[in-house]
Parts: sequence; structure tokens; C-alpha cells
Amino acid sequence: MYTDKVIEEFKNPSNLGKLENADARGEVGNVTCGDMLYVYIKVKNNKITDIKVETFGCVAAVATSSMLTKLVKGKTLEEAEKVTKEQIAKELGGLPPIKLHCSTLAVDGLKKAIENYRTKMQPS
Amino acid sequence: MKIYLDNGATTKVDNKVVEAMLPFFEEKYGNASSLHIFGQEAYKSLDGARKTIAAKLNAQSEEIIFTSGGSEANNLAIKGIINREDHIITVKTEHPSVLNTIKELEKQGVETTYLNVTKEGYIDFNELIASFKENTKLVSIMHANNEIGVIQDIRKVYNLCKKKKIIFHTDAVQSFGKAYISSEDADLISISAHKIHGPKGVGTLYVKKGIRLKPQIFGGDQEGKQRAGTENIPGIVGFAKATELITEKEIKQMESLRDYFINELLKIKDTKLNGPRERLCNNINISFKYIEGEAILTLLDFEGIAVSTGSACSSKSLEPSHVLKALNLNQKEIHGTIRFTISKFTTKEELDYSIDKIKMVVEKLRKISPLRGDKDVYR
Ligand SMILES: Cc1ncc(COP(=O)(O)O)c(C=O)c1O
Ligand code: FES
Repeated sequence: MYTDKVIEEFKNPSNLGKLENADARGEVGNVTCGDMLYVYIKVKNNKITDIKVETFGCVAAVATSSMLTKLVKGKTLEEAEKVTKEQIAKELGGLPPIKLHCSTLAVDGLKKAIENYRTKMQPS
Repeated sequence: MKIYLDNGATTKVDNKVVEAMLPFFEEKYGNASSLHIFGQEAYKSLDGARKTIAAKLNAQSEEIIFTSGGSEANNLAIKGIINREDHIITVKTEHPSVLNTIKELEKQGVETTYLNVTKEGYIDFNELIASFKENTKLVSIMHANNEIGVIQDIRKVYNLCKKKKIIFHTDAVQSFGKAYISSEDADLISISAHKIHGPKGVGTLYVKKGIRLKPQIFGGDQEGKQRAGTENIPGIVGFAKATELITEKEIKQMESLRDYFINELLKIKDTKLNGPRERLCNNINISFKYIEGEAILTLLDFEGIAVSTGSACSSKSLEPSHVLKALNLNQKEIHGTIRFTISKFTTKEELDYSIDKIKMVVEKLRKISPLRGDKDVYR
């Protein structure tokens, strides 16, 4: 049911695990099936210099997490925010319709991380 | 290496079963209802197979109705008995072929009670007794559960039903050939050939003498006029052969491999056995905390190991297993649940290989999980 690209990404994922000394973290939980995901980012000069994701989820959740990190690494925060779940799905050669929600998880996690980063950077 | 640990889903057909079936395709292909020699030959084989299966259940030939499998047997048992004004008692952890049949009847006004189970999966007899009503016509409670291997005390259920003159049906699809069951355990018993190294698409409903079912398939006069259709002779012959091949020794062997496997898997940190220790000889069901079942299943599949999962992510409805939910398992625990089901062909070497790979897979997935032991989200 998964494309070869999804399976490949799942088999050899990039940037998964905990990122030490991250500048911010975004946490999301998935109401649909009960999954969880943390996105960690390091930011320098408004650019994402490093990103890692921790995923408690299915094959699609792992593959989309990995793909997301590849798509946004090196991008500015504004560019990174614009990455959509459709884009991730497309890069993976498509996802089964029932698994589209898994890619939302990664995208939302990143948005939260960026939001948290900005809040943290605001002069208090 | 290819290791099949999904024998709860279906099993490899035994060579001897295939051999027994083969003549019935190209040589003895007659219709058992025909009067000529081809028909007589088919009839004789059908009759022999019926006797074999009846004998295994300590029943009489006339009490055996051949069906297209376990699902049909369950449908026939329930729909064949229940009328609109009746009440039926069943359990939350039944197979979908029972639950969905009953749901369909509910639409027509049939009253139902779904019994709860304990955290090990057992029914509560007090709840059962309290559920009996004036119009209770049928109790349907499975013998061994397909997901967690719990075995219900159906003899006790049957005795309670007999006192109340209520018909008792049991789905013995998983237990037949693996745990003792006979005509003294129920009025109606569902069995399926493909779970015992027989072919797919053939099963039996044992029907106690004196009980008449409303047919669900109309047509000819086959199967005591209770199930029409030209009999699947190759399948039925294979089913009987598979039944003959069942041995106590192989059950014991599975039990000891099961216990070995459970003990080894529970040595992995943060794991939990679902269902009781004393269980169906081939069933092992483990929750691996902090990780998800479909991911575990897929990584094991890469290693050639076939298993199944109760995780929501793996189901078409994104709903976690109804059986594990009924055990009151935490949603996150259900998430990382894997069922391993062995067979008489499973070896210790295969299990040792699997244990190594499972350890590796669990470690790999835990490394990328946001959940850790330090923060106990499982309370
Ligand atoms: C407990 C139980 N009942 C019924 C069935 C259905 O049997 P069949 O596949 O022969 O229709 C199965 C098998 O999936 C089962 O495990
Ligand atoms: S994370 Fe549950 S279905 Fe993908």
C-alpha cells in the first residue's frame, strides 16, 4: 500500500531522534490515531541549521518526518513554514489517503517549534 | 530467512492435506448429489470427511454442516436462530464475523447485551447470569480469542444456558485442534479449516441434534436442507485430513515454544503480555511501550518475519483493536501491540532468530520515539 519511496524513507530515515541543545521544540499529538511527535530545531540568522524529529507513529509518520527535515534544513523560518503536507506527500510519491493525516503531524510539529522559537526570542 | 508468525490469520496447508485433496480435482470430481458412479464416489468421500470431523467433536455425522468457513458458520449460527423479538448475549471481544452479524440484527430490532471482560480477557459469570432475560434466545461466546488467546470456560457457560433453555453458540475457529472442545461444550460450534493447516474457504457449523436453523443460503437440499450449494469436496476432504493430522504432541510442543518466546520477549524492557499466561498454545500478544505497531511490523517484515498488530495506524478505520480496548488497555499500550502466532511448523531456531530481530527493531524505534521510560505516560 505504500510507495517504494515511502518504504525507502522509512527504512533509512534522516534526522530522526533527539537533537541536543536545540533552540526550540514543537510537540504535537494526533487525535486520529493517538500518535505523538516532537520537532527540534536549531536556528542561526533566521535559518534552520539543524532539525531532528522524534516520532511515535506509523510507517507514514516516520517517512514524512524524515522527508520534512530534508525539505526544510537550511531554509529560512518563513520558507520552512510554507512547506505543506501535500508537498511532503508528493516527494514521497504519494501517501494512501488514510495516511495523509500522518504528514499533518510533522508539518504541525515544525510550526509549533518555530512558534516556540519566536516566543523565546522575543525580548521580555 | 522467512519466518511466519501469523498463524492466527491463516496457516500453511500441510503437504499431506494437499495430497489428499488433489484427486478430487481431476479424477474424483463428481457432484455428491449425482446418482452415477462419479457422484457416488464424491458422496462417499464427503460422508467419510463428515464422520472424521464429527468424531473429533464427539458428535454425530448429521450434526455437521459444511460451510464456506468460520465467518459463514458464525453467520448461520446466529441468523439461523435469532428472530426479531429475541435477545442475544455476546462479548465485546468476539470476532467481527459475530459482532457485525449481531449489529445487523440489531437494525431489525433484535435486543443485545455485550458482556465486558476482565483485564485478562475473561468474562464475568455474574454479569452473564444477570444478563439473562425472558426473551434471551442465544448466547454466543467464543472459545479462544484470536487476538489475545484467552480461553473461556465454555462448559460452564453451556451448563448455565442449558438450565435456562437458552441456545449456546461458540466460535471455536481459533481453538479447534489447539484446545479441547467437543459437542458437550455447546449447541453450536463454528470451525474453520484454514486455521489448522487445511484449505481456505471451508468450515463447519456443528449443530446439536434437535436444533433447526433457518437457512441463510437457499437452493438444493444439501447439508440437511440447512445450507444449500454443491459441496466443496476437495476442500472438505482437505479439512478432514487436517483434522486427522492434529496431535497432542504438537500442541504440547507449541505450548513450550510459546512459553519460551513469552519469557524471552518479556526480558525486553517495558513490555507487557496481553491476555493470561495460561492461554491458547500458539498465541503470544505483547505491548512494546513507546513505539507503534505498524512500524514494528514493517521493520520485522524487512527481516522476513511476519506478524500482526492491534495498532490503530494499521487498521483501515484508524481504530485500535476492539479486543485490546475491551481489556482497558491504555491507548498508547495498544499502539505498540504485536501478535505472534506460531504453528506446529515453528521451530526454536526461528524463534531465536526472531527474538534477536525484535530486540533490534524495538531498540531502533525507541531511539526515535519522543516517549521514554523516564516520563511515564502509561499510568
Ligand atoms: C475467532 C475467529 N472467528 C472467525 C474467523 C473467520 O473464519 P474464516 O476466515 O474461515 O471466515 C476467524 C478467522 O479470521 C477467527 O479468528
Ligand atoms: S501515525 Fe497513526 S496512522 Fe500514521
